[in-house]
Amino acid sequence: MSFKTVERKPLTLAERTYIPQILGGMKTTFKHLVKPKETLEYPEARPAILPGYRGVPTLVMDPNGREKCVSCQLCEFVCPPKAIRIKPGEIAAESTNAHVEKAPEEFDIDMLRCIYCGLCQEVCPEEAIWLQNVFSVSGYSRDEMVNNKQRLYELGGTLPDQHFKWDKKKAAEEAGNDAH
Amino acid sequence: MIQPAQPELVTVTIDGKEVSVPKGTNVIEAARLVGTDVPHYCYHPKLSIAGNCRMCLIEMGMPMADRATREPIMDPETGKQKIGWIPRPQIGCATNVAPGMHIKTQSPLIKECREGVMEFLLINHPLDCPICDQAGECKLQEQATGYGRGYSRFIEQKNVKPKRTQLGPRVMLDDERCVLCSRCIRFSKEVAKDDVLGFVDRGSYSTLTCYPGKELANNYSLNTVDICPVGALTSTDFRFKMRVWFLKQTNSIDTESSVGANTVVWSREGVIYRITPRRNDEVNDTWMADSGRVLYKEVQAANRLTAISANGATATLEGAIAAAAELAKGGNVAVVGSGRSSVEEQFLTKKLAAAVDGEAFLVGRVGEGDGLLISADRNPNTRGALVTGLIDKLPESDLSALGAEIDAGRVKTIISVGEDLSAAGLSAEQLAKVAIVFIGTHGSDTTAAAKVVIPTLTVFEKNGSFINQQFRLQKFAKAIPGPAGAIDDLVVLDELIAALGGEATDGDLKSVWKSLNAEVSQLANVTYANLPATGLLLDSSAWAGLSFPEGESLHFKPAAAEASA
Repeated sequence: MSFKTVERKPLTLAERTYIPQILGGMKTTFKHLVKPKETLEYPEARPAILPGYRGVPTLVMDPNGREKCVSCQLCEFVCPPKAIRIKPGEIAAESTNAHVEKAPEEFDIDMLRCIYCGLCQEVCPEEAIWLQNVFSVSGYSRDEMVNNKQRLYELGGTLPDQHFKWDKKKAAEEAGNDAH
Repeated sequence: MIQPAQPELVTVTIDGKEVSVPKGTNVIEAARLVGTDVPHYCYHPKLSIAGNCRMCLIEMGMPMADRATREPIMDPETGKQKIGWIPRPQIGCATNVAPGMHIKTQSPLIKECREGVMEFLLINHPLDCPICDQAGECKLQEQATGYGRGYSRFIEQKNVKPKRTQLGPRVMLDDERCVLCSRCIRFSKEVAKDDVLGFVDRGSYSTLTCYPGKELANNYSLNTVDICPVGALTSTDFRFKMRVWFLKQTNSIDTESSVGANTVVWSREGVIYRITPRRNDEVNDTWMADSGRVLYKEVQAANRLTAISANGATATLEGAIAAAAELAKGGNVAVVGSGRSSVEEQFLTKKLAAAVDGEAFLVGRVGEGDGLLISADRNPNTRGALVTGLIDKLPESDLSALGAEIDAGRVKTIISVGEDLSAAGLSAEQLAKVAIVFIGTHGSDTTAAAKVVIPTLTVFEKNGSFINQQFRLQKFAKAIPGPAGAIDDLVVLDELIAALGGEATDGDLKSVWKSLNAEVSQLANVTYANLPATGLLLDSSAWAGLSFPEGESLHFKPAAAEASA
């Protein structure tokens, strides 16, 4: 094994005074003092969420205030961590939406289990479940971390789509076969 | 109907594969034998042929022969007899095989036919699979995937039909989903003998309806829901409860009567959602009674027992067994077995009666048979009690004999295995005179009066077997776990026998069957694990002299009637 001896150069005068190094550092510091801020005062200030962001799954209503979910349970079936629990139920005959027949009686999403994969949104045939812009959830107990149906609709709000699939179905039902 | 031992076979060629099938088989069944699926809606193996859905179209041909000389015409290319293909497709369900017949089920013409039929069927179909209860077991879904074209060319308005018609107390009809296969109509007419359904109106306006002023209320109405290939007929009990793909299927036996209809129990996470029939051509074909489909509700009944008690206080199993043994050791014990217990439990009940040196009673339940799938004997396992030797004559319908013994002071303790003694005819005074040990599932006046109560499992929560009216040994399997606190009947009986110094087993099916093999001659060569799904017919000659209450029913003739016929 052979060694190579490296000669250590003596420090120059400028290096020994340390002044250029301090000035270089101060330059960076003062540059950042006057530059616009890159960070946010989270959680008081929140970042703008881009459209298409996949945050917390929510349930949505259509523009007429009808709950879109018909409790087909496909999201429950597809959910990889089994975070979704649905108890299907029948819509009361006197309801204006009685022609839709089915709606969830209970709809729970366990946010301790949810992995934000978005498969529930992808599989939903009624476009009723959407991953929206809420990205941070917290709670003091495990129960608080389970979003029930009421909470899911609070988070979800209204989807401004204009399909009105079931309204069209109802209109056709009322018009009957004579409309052909 | 007695099948000939060797049915006459004919050889046919299906998609180039030669197969020998019994004469009179139709093309759908013949194709099934070679593993080919011919899609169909209106055809059902247990109903007459209607031939109206046109889904099972196949191409068929016969070997050609010269008309004048009857000489076979040979194909010079293959060196075989030329096949004269019929230029139009034929329906498979109404085509019975003939010797030498050639069938194509996969040709381009057939593919086009199926696409065409599917397109017509879907024209007026609402496509509301997300809310339809049939989704997941819907023939229309399956065959649209398998044979449909995948998109719709129909841009016009779909037909409107009644969506929520209550056909009867248990059956709901959605006419828009109906594909007019007429299975339900044929079932009502041919099997249930209650001809109330029919089509009205013409063409695409055809609608299934009930005869005015009548309803589909017979005790077999829910079979129409089972055989409906689409979601037109749905069960009001199961409607919107759970999607079928979540449900686990477990083979079971209907406990309503001694027919022993084969069933499937559908459960999810320990909750039963429905019971449907399971095909057994020797017992119930593909049918079962509506009354048997709600029996799962007993699992979560309000009076279900879940706490062990001894002398009025909550107890451990050991404590309760010790208390029961203490009562039974005093002598003068009677054991009331049950025709609703499994063969294995009845065998242990017999051992228990031997251990306490007491008389064994059984409560007979005789009703009126309906000639189809509910027999007069409403105990599912009276024959089991005979075969295991628990009883040697048919049970009386009440316990008046036991009542007389109590009045005479000869019985001081009664061990009841699941039987409600007051419902079986013992008065409150008689019950007050004796100490009762109750081993069963549901609370009653008897459990209120009992000194020791040990909760056990329902038929859905354990494994076992029943012997039906044909002396057919059939097994049922555990669909769901029992509630907390309930203990397996075999364990309880076994512990009790052991505490009384009798011949105990290990308290599981395997060891009980070992004893059954050794001690019951009819079951000497039977292994529980190898029992076929269709059951095993036992030798019944030893009980030919008994006058069983059953009349004639589906696939069953009473021995007396059979002898005279």
